[in-house]
Amino acid sequence: MFDDPNVVLHCEKIDKIYPGTKALDQVSFDLLKGKVNVLIGENGAGKSTLMKMIAGIEQPSAGKMYMDGEEVYFKDTNAARAKGIGIIHQELSLFQNLTVYQNIFMCHEKKKGMFLDDKKHVEGAKKIMQRLEHEIAPDTLVGDLRVGQQQMVEIARNLVEDDLRVLIMDEPTSSLSAAEVKVLFKIMRELLEQGISIVYISHRLEEIMEIGDHVTILRDGKYVADADVKDVSLSWIVENMVGKNTQYHRFERSIDLDHAEKVLEVNHLYLPKTGGGWLLDDVSMYLKKGEVLGIYGLLGAGRSELFECLMGMRPEHTGEVIYQGKPMKINSIAEQISEGLALVPEDRQRQGLVQSLDICKNASLASLRSFRKGFLMNYAAEEKAVDEQINDLHIKVADKHLPILSLSGGNQQKVVIAKGLMTNPTVLLMDEPSRGIDIGAKTEVFEIIHEFSERGLSIIVISSELKEIMAIADRIYVLSNGKCTAELSGEDITEDKLVRASYAGLGTGKSA
Amino acid sequence: MKKNNNQLMMTLLKGRTFIVLILLVIFFSFAASSFLQVNTLTMVAKHVALYGILALGMTFVIITGGIDLSVGSVVGLVGMLAGGLIQEGLTIGGKTIYFSVPAVVVLMLLVGCLIGLINGLIITKLKVAAFIATLGTMYICRGLANLRSNGATFSKIAGYEGLGNTGLKALGSNWLGIPAGVYIFAILAILAAVLLKRTDTGWHILAVGGNEKSARLSGIKADRVKILVYMISGFCAAWIGLINTAQLAAAHPASGDGWEMNAIAATVLGGTSMAGGSGTILGTIVGAFVIGVINDGMTMCGVSEFWQKIIRGLVIILAVVIDQTQRNLQAKMALQARNELK
Repeated sequence: MFDDPNVVLHCEKIDKIYPGTKALDQVSFDLLKGKVNVLIGENGAGKSTLMKMIAGIEQPSAGKMYMDGEEVYFKDTNAARAKGIGIIHQELSLFQNLTVYQNIFMCHEKKKGMFLDDKKHVEGAKKIMQRLEHEIAPDTLVGDLRVGQQQMVEIARNLVEDDLRVLIMDEPTSSLSAAEVKVLFKIMRELLEQGISIVYISHRLEEIMEIGDHVTILRDGKYVADADVKDVSLSWIVENMVGKNTQYHRFERSIDLDHAEKVLEVNHLYLPKTGGGWLLDDVSMYLKKGEVLGIYGLLGAGRSELFECLMGMRPEHTGEVIYQGKPMKINSIAEQISEGLALVPEDRQRQGLVQSLDICKNASLASLRSFRKGFLMNYAAEEKAVDEQINDLHIKVADKHLPILSLSGGNQQKVVIAKGLMTNPTVLLMDEPSRGIDIGAKTEVFEIIHEFSERGLSIIVISSELKEIMAIADRIYVLSNGKCTAELSGEDITEDKLVRASYAGLGTGKSA
Repeated sequence: MKKNNNQLMMTLLKGRTFIVLILLVIFFSFAASSFLQVNTLTMVAKHVALYGILALGMTFVIITGGIDLSVGSVVGLVGMLAGGLIQEGLTIGGKTIYFSVPAVVVLMLLVGCLIGLINGLIITKLKVAAFIATLGTMYICRGLANLRSNGATFSKIAGYEGLGNTGLKALGSNWLGIPAGVYIFAILAILAAVLLKRTDTGWHILAVGGNEKSARLSGIKADRVKILVYMISGFCAAWIGLINTAQLAAAHPASGDGWEMNAIAATVLGGTSMAGGSGTILGTIVGAFVIGVINDGMTMCGVSEFWQKIIRGLVIILAVVIDQTQRNLQAKMALQARNELK
């Protein structure tokens, strides 16, 4: 295992503990030499964390790593780079304000005595970009390049010292067009021929089948399985990603949804992307009263953008929205809230809470106006209403005037949900409501969703966790690259169908 | 057609400060009768050097996304310490030491670097925002300057023949008809330009200002870079303290008051963005000239102090608005170019 010539890096029982979670649990991993090693798993499976260990961005809490038969320890990125390990982050870490050659040679500057040798920089940059078949003028500002070109500059940075052995690529295709992906794959194969080993992290299963040589699957921070790509099928990968055992409780609906009225309809929704293309491309869907509608898809599919359009955050959208039978003109968030829509946003810390306010204020924030008596606040009424929510949602609160951050993640999330519910909505939009909370709190959130839908609230839930969305949704739309690629209900809701539909809109290959 | 208009607009915008400078010189040469005379121009050059040297240091700080409000106070403090050392010497344990002028210069430059180091440490290790940290040191240094002499002024600083510490006035007089400060400005400007463009440290400064997270991930020691730029700023402020004291042959505790604003104005006028990540020494030099010409030109036209302040404020706001317009236009042109390539 340790000095297998086919293995360029071996990770042995790696643990990574963050306050509150164990991101990696005894993970062992072999990086095969000269191959595209694919690392796959759902959100939170531990892929990015494992890559951070290998790239030296962070250090393992336990476990060892071996290269060429010797134990290695990377205390920072420079140490990993010295061993020939380079990484291309999902969010490129380039300097938009500097030129191509400055980015390529940053921290590997060529000098003539005390001063920089810009001539060598320009020539060197030209050579490397030629090797990558992307002849970009070296003095172009990186900020002026397309994402695909910027990615090539990021790769070029790693080739500058000519000692690159491992290139880690984290979701490299998420911002690329189909044509650019083809070029990237060609470059990757050439890098393999030059003796470089690649670690490829991606959610795009079809790409993995096309470019991957060996696949390793992680789930919940643990190693699950690994195999050569040619020996396995897509379904096998999905099965292992998602697991067979953990099932969320599937609730029985007492409402007759087949005969329920449509409370919201969206027809031919388009949302343009700056620079060309569409974030939402002819999306049509509907929501019935009392229904729990699921929206599944990959990062960048347009799910959150759909909610943003409905809440008045995207004035540039076009299309028809019919609310409770009448056409709706969408103007602003405040108006949408007073019309009866409410949003529980994706990023609790940045979009959902005000950390400087207490629990009570966070809950009542969207409905403060309703507690006014003349000009002044009627605190008695506000407190009563907040107490009701705390009871209804079973939020574990010692004193509602404590700071919001004194609550656990799960209870914080419930406060954000309470804020939405206190506006008395007709339609509740929930964006990844169980993100970043433990399994116990997750089940409670699902119970809240079920309880309120039974009371007649119509709910749309965005989720990227297959098990979750399959358990709570009555019907599921799948978005892929801005397009609606599937509408599934009842028996049709299977993991396989959901996953295939989630990349069907990407256009890199065959669809489901 | 639109593309050519855009490109023309870009060229005009990029060279705007230089164009403005030419226009100002033309304007004032008509508006004030004696503007283009040697005496006047020498005085303007003297002032430009004062603004310019401070602005050089400020440019480095603003490129990293920070700001240094303490430089005006450092000018005052260094002036007081230098004047004091020359007139009264340093008394330790009953004995009084007098330093030669070159020694005083070196000591004062070290003081400037030290204050810069303190600023940098407060900002990077104690994680205090640059605005607040340098606001604090601004007050502290001003207080120290006043403490040095209990608020009094050291006047007629000349040193004592017998002690060998005469000669400070050399920094304040003209060499070959040109004020000494101008030579020092020129030398420092060349050193600054070389540092920024021709050394790896210069690249690191730009990188930290452009994207600190990426800079750290690339292995750049961002904290050290930040401390360095504040030390450069303190170093420049110390030079001004010395030159100013030499020119006036006096050290007054309030000298330099408000000069940090001129430095920031010159830097911003020169095209350095407050957001960090970009800036040129040449731009700052032109910006310093603009500030100098506007200030002295207005005085020569008899414009009241109060109106001068108003005009200065408007100039700064206008400069930033134009800068943003240029950046937006640049982004728009890049987007167009990208779309055309598709």
